[in-house]
Amino acid sequence: MTTGQTKYKTSDEVDFVIIGSGAAGGVMAKELSTNGFRVVVLEQGPYLKESAFVHDEIKILREDLLTNHPELQPNTFRKTPAEKAKPQRAIAYGRCVGGTSVHFAANYWRFHEIDFLERSKVGAIPGTGFADWPITYADLEPYYTKVEWEVGVSGLAEASPFDPPRSKPYPMPPLPAKSGGVIFERAAHKLGWHPYPTPLAILSQPRAGRSPCVNCGFCWGFGCEVGAKSSSLASVIPMAERTGRCEIRPDSYVYRIELNAAGRAVGVLYFDAQRNTHLQKAKSVVVCANGAETPRLLLLSSSKPFPNGLANSSGLVGKYLMCNSHARAEGLFEHPLNDYKGFVASRVLHDFYELDPQKVGFYGGGALDARFDFTPYFFALRGLPPDTPRWGDSFKAALSHNFSRTMTVTSAGTSLPLESNSFSLDPDLKDAWGLPALRMTYRDHPDDLKLVNWLNKRALELLDAAGVQKKWSQPIVEQQFALSLLGTCRMGSDPKTSVINPDHRTHDIKNLFLCDGSSLVTSGRGQPTMTIQALAYRAADRITALAKSGNLGA
Amino acid sequence: MAAEVDAIAARIIPTNQTPGAREAGVVYFIDRALATFASADRKLYTEGMAELQARAREIFPGVDKFSAATAEQQDEILRALDKDPSSSDQPFRPRPSGQNFFETLRQHTIAGFLIDPDSDLRGNRGGVGWQVIGRDPGHMFQPPFGYYDKDYPGWQRVAGDPEKK
Repeated sequence: MTTGQTKYKTSDEVDFVIIGSGAAGGVMAKELSTNGFRVVVLEQGPYLKESAFVHDEIKILREDLLTNHPELQPNTFRKTPAEKAKPQRAIAYGRCVGGTSVHFAANYWRFHEIDFLERSKVGAIPGTGFADWPITYADLEPYYTKVEWEVGVSGLAEASPFDPPRSKPYPMPPLPAKSGGVIFERAAHKLGWHPYPTPLAILSQPRAGRSPCVNCGFCWGFGCEVGAKSSSLASVIPMAERTGRCEIRPDSYVYRIELNAAGRAVGVLYFDAQRNTHLQKAKSVVVCANGAETPRLLLLSSSKPFPNGLANSSGLVGKYLMCNSHARAEGLFEHPLNDYKGFVASRVLHDFYELDPQKVGFYGGGALDARFDFTPYFFALRGLPPDTPRWGDSFKAALSHNFSRTMTVTSAGTSLPLESNSFSLDPDLKDAWGLPALRMTYRDHPDDLKLVNWLNKRALELLDAAGVQKKWSQPIVEQQFALSLLGTCRMGSDPKTSVINPDHRTHDIKNLFLCDGSSLVTSGRGQPTMTIQALAYRAADRITALAKSGNLGA
Repeated sequence: MAAEVDAIAARIIPTNQTPGAREAGVVYFIDRALATFASADRKLYTEGMAELQARAREIFPGVDKFSAATAEQQDEILRALDKDPSSSDQPFRPRPSGQNFFETLRQHTIAGFLIDPDSDLRGNRGGVGWQVIGRDPGHMFQPPFGYYDKDYPGWQRVAGDPEKK
């Protein structure tokens, strides 16, 4: 069977219908089809090939060629549940086969042991839903290794003294150090910190018929035209299609999970490209639609027996949204770095992964990395020091001097899970299909903001130690826009305080599984995709075992 | 309107020792922009241009067209219009409605100067914008990339540091 040839009828009751083809959905499709199951993947976006991955900043970053379109699928935003939400774009995610993994920056460090049991170590934090995971790092370690070897991750094992234990080295050496990475590394060493090559889901060597990175410089936000970025599109989806048991069906926008009278999922309803509706029948449903669309779909699937949405007996579907906390410090150096060449980040450090709340006065931890994620147009809009004129000769002079000489030190850290931070259905606004739009409610916990302020001070110290000529920071404000969409259908052992169990099965519906950013219990320290994929590999193992032992019911 | 847009773009990214908006063909890019991705901005352009000409006449009574003013006069007129950008300058964040004309034109000018010359929006003619900012024209690069990674020996453990926690 050649790639893309498998087709099922909607009336075929396939073993699994998977909603979403991104980081989690791609892995799920590959694993379940490889394990012998018949799988249909419904992806709301188009099936784009590498030839569509142009370097056009307007089409990609302004016109949403690869991402959710704010006019077709608008959303609303508010800071607190007491406010009325206003139309405002608050999220961006990949809307094409491969999902957000098509356009991400591919930072792929693992979560550490502490991420899974930090509540026990730190203690309760009043007003939050801070909790331990029902699984540990050790449970996930084999699956992290699987991601590295199967999806394709470049890195240097044991280079960071803070790294958690691993069973195997990386399958490929790290990508080259960029000038910004070298500057970062030398300065960090002066300060006694421990920089190391950023693990990246980008090939540094040819692998599995794919090309290594050619350092084109249009990485974050863009699809990789040579397939070096280890998106689901480039890595696991072709494997799923080669089994001959998996159909990837693009332009299929799922709006409802159908149940029978016995409370079992029997399939999903979706719009095709012409907005005709279909019911794809399936024995089990796996939702991998991301931390925003997964809870939305459950809420859209409400019915008389489930007035608050499917799998929502806990009332927590959509809640405990975590977006990670972020800051940026920019630096201008004497000589050209040319950091626009290559991928985004080449050095990272985890010295501040676990800060002692007694010493710093707040909960949290995070990472600093050396990066350049500007394309030329966006560099001109926001890469210059804030005191630079916005047009004219001085603007042009700064642009031409600074573009090759600027780098960024970013901070990424924890966000605490707050019940009031959520995705819900907007009561008024509808999308172009007439479905209730996503409403995002989000306000960073004060500790999250204290954390990134603290980290950003370290970033500025680092730039000073590096001999920076000029440095500045982006203002740190409460976030109103998110790319990390985490925690909204959290995993747990207690059906009262979680939506899915450790097998990713919903507590309420036996043959309905959820796996993506929504499953996370804590936020990690940014860069969650690696963990989302490890969870997907593990979930696929658990689901396979349940199916093979007849435990999905008939 | 083209001559007026061209004159404004030429003050945003002037031609001096190096090429500017004019050499990059920004006015043609904006023409295509208003027919494609920025078609919703046509009204903003029409109204903004009328306001600009009115301001030009108001500040410099002898000047009947922006393009006929001197560079210094043009800059003064633009400064009068360059207020409250309140614009989105970040990827994936569309412009809020009601964004002002000058900021819209400024962003279009920059895009027309710096966009990938292979884009079918055909800005950055001849790649002159990238030449000005020092971006090599290729799409495949080999390290070393810059000054600081030239003699970099590769990642090394710092002497005295523990191998692992």
